Amino acid sequence: MSLNTKIDTETIERISGVNTRKCMKCGKCSATCPAFHEMDFHPHQFVAMVEKGDIEPLMKSKSIWNCLTCFACVQRCPRDVEPAKLVEAIRQAVIRQAGENHLKAEQIPEMLDSELPQQAIVSAFRKYKK
Amino acid sequence: MQVNETNTVNTEEKEFTPLIVAFCCNWCSYAGADLAGSSRLSYPANVKIIRVPCSCRVNPLFILRAFQRGADGVILCGCHPGDCHYSTGNYYARRRMTLLFSMLDYLGIEKGRTRVEWVSAAEGAKFSATMNDFAATIHKLGPNRKLRDLRCEK
Amino acid sequence: MQKIGVFVCWCGSNIAATVDVAAVAEAVKGEPGVVFATDYQYMCSEGGQSLIKETIKEQGLTGVVICSCSPRMHEATFRKTVEAAGINPYMLEIANIREQCSWIHKNKEEGTEKAIILAKAAVAKLNLNTPLIAGESRVVKRALVIGGGIAGIQTALDIAEAGYEVDIVEKQPTIGGKMTQIDKTFPTLDCAACILTPKMVDAAQSEKINIYSYSEVEKVSGFVGNFSVTIKKKPRYVNSDLCTGCGACMEKCPSKKTPNEFNMGLDNRTAIYIPFAQAIPKVPVIDTAACLHFKTGKCGICQKTCSANAIDFDQKEELITKEYGAIVVATGFNPLKPTKFDEYQYNQCADVVTSLEFERLMNAAGPTKGVLLRPSDQSHPKKIVFVQCVGSRGQSCRDHSYCSKICCMYTAKHAMLVRDKYPDTDVTVFYIDVRTPGKNFDEFYRRAVEEYGVHYIKGMVGKVEQVDGSLKVQASDLLSNDQMVLDADMVVLATAVEPDPTAKSLATMLTASIDTNNFFTEAHPKLRPVESPTAGVYLSGVCQGPKDIPETVAQGSACAAKVIGLLAKDKLLSNPCVAHSDELLCNGCSTCANVCAYGAIDYVDKEVNDHGKREVRHIAVVNEAVCQGCGACTVTCPSGAMDLKGFANRQIMAEVDAICK
Repeated sequence: MSLNTKIDTETIERISGVNTRKCMKCGKCSATCPAFHEMDFHPHQFVAMVEKGDIEPLMKSKSIWNCLTCFACVQRCPRDVEPAKLVEAIRQAVIRQAGENHLKAEQIPEMLDSELPQQAIVSAFRKYKK
Repeated sequence: MQVNETNTVNTEEKEFTPLIVAFCCNWCSYAGADLAGSSRLSYPANVKIIRVPCSCRVNPLFILRAFQRGADGVILCGCHPGDCHYSTGNYYARRRMTLLFSMLDYLGIEKGRTRVEWVSAAEGAKFSATMNDFAATIHKLGPNRKLRDLRCEK
Repeated sequence: MQKIGVFVCWCGSNIAATVDVAAVAEAVKGEPGVVFATDYQYMCSEGGQSLIKETIKEQGLTGVVICSCSPRMHEATFRKTVEAAGINPYMLEIANIREQCSWIHKNKEEGTEKAIILAKAAVAKLNLNTPLIAGESRVVKRALVIGGGIAGIQTALDIAEAGYEVDIVEKQPTIGGKMTQIDKTFPTLDCAACILTPKMVDAAQSEKINIYSYSEVEKVSGFVGNFSVTIKKKPRYVNSDLCTGCGACMEKCPSKKTPNEFNMGLDNRTAIYIPFAQAIPKVPVIDTAACLHFKTGKCGICQKTCSANAIDFDQKEELITKEYGAIVVATGFNPLKPTKFDEYQYNQCADVVTSLEFERLMNAAGPTKGVLLRPSDQSHPKKIVFVQCVGSRGQSCRDHSYCSKICCMYTAKHAMLVRDKYPDTDVTVFYIDVRTPGKNFDEFYRRAVEEYGVHYIKGMVGKVEQVDGSLKVQASDLLSNDQMVLDADMVVLATAVEPDPTAKSLATMLTASIDTNNFFTEAHPKLRPVESPTAGVYLSGVCQGPKDIPETVAQGSACAAKVIGLLAKDKLLSNPCVAHSDELLCNGCSTCANVCAYGAIDYVDKEVNDHGKREVRHIAVVNEAVCQGCGACTVTCPSGAMDLKGFANRQIMAEVDAICK
């Protein structure tokens, strides 16, 4: 995956609408994250690293694809920082630069499963389309 | 012709010293003005201060009267919102002045000639800076001709 | 016509260097009313003041203008001077030609010109001054303390010590407050009851202190020195005068299934109950919601049992109205109930408890007699997890934005006490920051870690799960960048401090202000920390902000000192520069009363004589003792009836005219 333009804190904060300076570094997001052990960078690190401008490692991390977008971190954060939105923003940044779709709209019908919650389909489409 | 006109305007502006009336609340801004004085922070001598107990004591009539009698600008200074000695006085002042100033603007007294500023007792530097800035603004706007009681003109 | 004397001060060279003082004196001589003008080196000196006094007498002056430093500096000085020479102290105006003239201007011509204008403005205003007399009001030598916790008790004891009467109003059946529920106190680990109960007894035995327990403040009117307060005494259904406090009624009461508030609902109490053994007054209360007599009309066993005949099912609510000079707010706090924090399973799991519940579980007078047992199965917990900052320091709707200040220390205390009593117990504390400012506080926390082996982990708990009768705690360990799952037998939540729910309605009653968190606001955050902005209302303890016990006691005593200072006065002098309504112009619209922050304007039906026509009109009357003189009403009055003495419309207009000449 090539990273053409430098993505900075401001860009990620603009895409996500998150103010990372609100974080008081309590770690509640990582404590509550069900996918914690699947991640190389953890939710609290996303907040700290975006604040620091350390975004490239996050873009290369597998965390952004392992995040379930379950919003537990958003729900529990005492200071309304919303780490999941940061993960989503970095995902967006990567996809926009990668220039290819992982999932096309026409592929969805054959993947449909009545057991699968709709939210998951929308989330997957958001994650894997361009 | 054009050159001459510009010149005349310039000479007129040099002679023009605006008359500014400043209403200051006793607890914050008047004390801020005192602090500006004891810190020797200068501002133009044509700023004249009137002490009132609270910014909410300033009746719109006082401001109209000042313009009628030849003032070029009027500034009202009070405690910062939330810090009013009388708890809520500056909120009343703020609302009243918003209405008054927009009416004055409609009457032709430019927005720049009227101002509300919050200056605390500890902000001598802010008081002086505000007065310098306000005087400069009024100087740019030139003499006020609206609302003036022509019978007072000499 | 006034006879005005103008005195221009040199202030050494402070004024004289930039302002031609003689020229100022000369320039004002032609102004209306001015009969005398002079300059002098130091007006505030002994010589200057005698010059003023002598001139007043020689010239028969009716008013004095002094051109000198800021009125904030020497107005009081010169008011005394002119008063000594026989003229009203409010027939004095000061032109500020130092701070607002000589010190900020360098050009002497410019400075002199401005000084002359300022002097003329002062003369113009003084021409319209009228003598003002400061009103006097008496001071009722009795204080009311609202709240009988440690803060209220301390304040009451100190006021009583000075010889003044104090009434304590406590809404619970006993005084003592939250401190009665606490086991040990940090950082000394002395027993809370041992230091509190003697104070409760002192308060009860003091001749000067009158305790209204199981009572609430119903209505407050009046002003500093003269409050009138209505206290509602709720019916106990037990005659306090007859009851001996033997407790036989409690033993016989058949209704035994009401959660015991004193033990945080961890055990049950009877319908007729005394909250705890050392309660003051030691008189039971009947809980009508649980009592069989009140529910079914039958029973009445307590009445039959009572040998003193103290049970009175017909007791009625009683309203008492009394006068007070000062009111102290000491309403204290409640710990937050973590019902909205579903991740901790507080609602679902009995072994997840709050710190105050834990305090009861550790207390010898508690539901387990001081033996630490899990509420679910009464077994000894071997692993305990403490969670800090529950409900504090957050921005979401279930959190409070402030730090509750005491949780770090009481959690360290709990952890230490557990390790001390049961060394085989594993104790883990999850923290965001450990905040220990205070004498011997950080040492205390370090002892918990180093000597008692408490595990402190930086991170928060994300989830508590109940699995086979034990708890699984999922938490982050930020320093090792890890997420861990711990087994625990108990989880203790350090819940936030919340102001008592009565604070808001009480603040409205007292016209005292509260902040967005419902803590009472102090008159000045640094210099007047125990007074509320409303004169005569004082703040003691946690009602003003989170505090530990030593701070609460210190504030309680500080508050008492302020109250004593007020009660020691026989009369209060009020500021005479207050609003005044012209009864002939007032149209009774009550706009002024709506903007008054002090409730100083009342409406009365009064007979007025309007140019020979007598009629009764509904008009505004200003209570001069309450009015603070801000002038908000004067501007809002649509008929121009309201004016401010000392800063009248005509006076300020005259100043404007003099400046804009």
